[in-house]
Amino acid sequence: MSDTALHQAVIGGDDKEYLSFVLADEHYALDIKTVKEIRGYEQVTKIANAPAFIKGVINLRGDIVPIVDLRIKFNVGEATYTEFTIVIMLNIQDRIVGIVVDGVSDVIRLMEEQILAPPEFGVAFDSRYLHGLADVDGQMVILVNIESLITSEEMGLVAPQSVNEDA
Amino acid sequence: MSIDIEQFHDVFFDESDEHLDDMEQLLLNLDVESPDSEELNSIFRAAHSIKGGSGIFGFNALMNLTHVMENLLDKARNQQLSITTGIVNLLLETLDVLKATLSAYREQVDVPEQDIATSIAKLEAALLEPSDVSAVNSSIDPASNHEDVKEGEVNAIERDDNSGDAFGFFDDEPEPEPELSLDTNQKMTSSDSELSTESDDGFGFFDDEPSAKTTATPKDDGFGFFDEPEAPTLTTEANTSTDTIDSSFGFFDEPETPALNTDASVSTEDGKGFGFFDTADLPKQSPSPSQNSNQNQNQNLEPLSTSTLAGASASGKPATSQSASASTSSAASKPPARATKKSAGRDSASIRVDTGKIDAMVNLVGELVITQSMLSMIGQEVEGQVGERLQLAIDELQRNTREIQESVMSVRMLPLTATFNRFPRLVRDLAGKLGKKLDLVLQGAHTEIDKSLIEKIVDPLTHLVRNSIDHGIESPEKRLAAGKPEVGTVILSAEQKGGSIIISIIDDGGGLNRARILEKAQSNGLAINDDMPDSAVWQLIFQAGFSTAEAVTDVSGRGVGMDVVRRNIEAIGGRIEIESSLGEGSGFFIHLPLTLAIVDGMCVSVGNQIFVIPLLNIVESFQPTASQLKTLGNDTVLYVRDQYWPLVPLYDYMDVENANRKPTEAIVVLLESSKKRFGILVDALVGQQQVVIKSLEDHYRKVAGIAGATIMGDGKVALIIDADSIATTYTSSQIEDMLA
Repeated sequence: MSDTALHQAVIGGDDKEYLSFVLADEHYALDIKTVKEIRGYEQVTKIANAPAFIKGVINLRGDIVPIVDLRIKFNVGEATYTEFTIVIMLNIQDRIVGIVVDGVSDVIRLMEEQILAPPEFGVAFDSRYLHGLADVDGQMVILVNIESLITSEEMGLVAPQSVNEDA
Repeated sequence: MSIDIEQFHDVFFDESDEHLDDMEQLLLNLDVESPDSEELNSIFRAAHSIKGGSGIFGFNALMNLTHVMENLLDKARNQQLSITTGIVNLLLETLDVLKATLSAYREQVDVPEQDIATSIAKLEAALLEPSDVSAVNSSIDPASNHEDVKEGEVNAIERDDNSGDAFGFFDDEPEPEPELSLDTNQKMTSSDSELSTESDDGFGFFDDEPSAKTTATPKDDGFGFFDEPEAPTLTTEANTSTDTIDSSFGFFDEPETPALNTDASVSTEDGKGFGFFDTADLPKQSPSPSQNSNQNQNQNLEPLSTSTLAGASASGKPATSQSASASTSSAASKPPARATKKSAGRDSASIRVDTGKIDAMVNLVGELVITQSMLSMIGQEVEGQVGERLQLAIDELQRNTREIQESVMSVRMLPLTATFNRFPRLVRDLAGKLGKKLDLVLQGAHTEIDKSLIEKIVDPLTHLVRNSIDHGIESPEKRLAAGKPEVGTVILSAEQKGGSIIISIIDDGGGLNRARILEKAQSNGLAINDDMPDSAVWQLIFQAGFSTAEAVTDVSGRGVGMDVVRRNIEAIGGRIEIESSLGEGSGFFIHLPLTLAIVDGMCVSVGNQIFVIPLLNIVESFQPTASQLKTLGNDTVLYVRDQYWPLVPLYDYMDVENANRKPTEAIVVLLESSKKRFGILVDALVGQQQVVIKSLEDHYRKVAGIAGATIMGDGKVALIIDADSIATTYTSSQIEDMLA
């Protein structure tokens, strides 16, 4: 970390930290403040009549937490589960949700002006759930607005009435 | 049936503290220009709750003050009186007095009567002349205006007289004061049975206020030594006795006191704290806690007083040595017994802990159990001598873990016994007051329920029971005229059903009067129509300010009860239903969620998944023969003992792969839900165990057919079957017909 970066970290500039992850061959990133922990994929308990992308629930130290496979949800890559499959546990609006991704790459620091408006199409995510695009070392990273994605009705993770309450 | 009501005091104090804090917050936030009627209602309800509770416990000073306050607030929320800053200030002052009074009762010292009388006078003045409130406020100064104070005092005393009658239980101590002097020392060696009677006199402490004026001396000197500044004002006679007491027990004031406190609190916790939550024989037990504590105290005191004795004899004071030995047997002497109570009230009776902390602890213990079972799995792989030693250690760990788990669980889960046992007293008093005859039947008091729910269910239950008695049960004459038995019955019961706990209050009284409710609703400006179904009409009584009672009594009728009831129940995720038929009685059913309830469950396997079926729902399980299975359209039904049962294959309902699809090779579990019976098909029974229900909704959402989830020994999640929900959601035409 350079001196300026360190300085910024200490005084808190208008930059934010993002956790970047990989789905198939696309690079995504989400606000690191929503990340609770990163762990390996483990056997889930299936929930009846749930959409395919909801893999089931696991026991996270006493909490019953749903696991969502974004690869199935957005139809990218292949939903395979190996010992290297990663689950990012997110803490969103006091709820814990795990998302399955192909890999976690890095923590990146971005200034707000480095973030470009998202394209209307071309990525797996609906543009409603996109925060923007950024160029990191020549690679395009898609910034996901993970909070609105997870709480969206489309995901069916949150009972409809509590979505309204939260809104 | 007599019940030691004192065990509920601490709960009342804690609740009242919360109410007072709430009121203060609300008052401070109140917009004087345009007061929010909802806020005024809340303040009013808080005052009402305190009044109700203090009435039950005979804290008359508290009740009188809140009563006047309530009157004022009632006018305010009905817009008969406009709120001014002066009134808010006055109310805030009153709150301070209430707090002081409450803590006086808690500490078992004299209540600040002067202040109470002043506040009552001020409030009454404000009631009469709301516009002049600020003037009244300033003119009535406790220090300068004695006349008003006196008037207020008289007022208070009169009130006390009246209400004192109603709660004769708290009447003067029958024991004359001289007993406290040296005479008592002889009595000190008396038997334990005497002890318990003596400690019962603790109630005498709640003497009528008026008598406090005249009997202040005898009363004071019982406690004189706790209250040094008061001592000089005692009469001569009292003085002598105080002196004696002082000389005999004076040493309690010294460094010994902390030791006494600690001992006392520990022992009281044993006796009283758990006595409170005991499932059975509460009334029988009530004397024993004090007995216990006295005995314990007795033992604990021994070394201490021996040393005092040594010191005393060294200084050559026979009186002191006598008293020292007396206090070795202090179990018998009144003042030390009081000391026990006093310290118990402060330190030990209960600790209020954030339930979040307990939840965290429960989760951590769950993790510990899982880690432990992992460890024992690994332990089995280790061979040789080390393996054996490891196995021993793991066994030890297993036992300890289980004990920790049990005790942590027990912290949260409590039977409703203590809650239910409040009621016989309340019912008896109310029945006497209202001139009604009735029996209270308690059922299912052992039902375990989350502690946080218990605390919150007390108020609604109290309201409902009072309502049933006041409005439900008719007077004996009316009952006889209607051809009913003279003695009415109120049934208070609790049971666990499916995914919820149902607490019901059923009376065989007059039932709800549909016409009158509609009439009242109309006059209150509520939207109604005559075709409303009964259930909708009954829900009207939950509106704020709704009461069809003809007269406002201090029991009920102000219409504050029911909306608080519903609010409180909904706040804990429950709901309330009413069934009523005119002339036959009404039933109020409170459905509460099972947030952290423990359930006895049967673990079954389907495919490679484990499900837990609550034992409560299971009728029997067996492997069906081909002849028991009949086909009905596309579905299979079960023919057992001349009855057809719908059969729900769990692999189908739960969408599980790799399950055994041949019914004759699988197991059928016959279930009975609250209204329907059916069989479910599973692969195998795994075993029976107690499981902790965890909500799926915390991080996910409600799922049909599933009451919740639990964590198994290996750390995996198992889903808990909700039989009611399966019965209503399993969609298959024939089966639906059969279930209907």
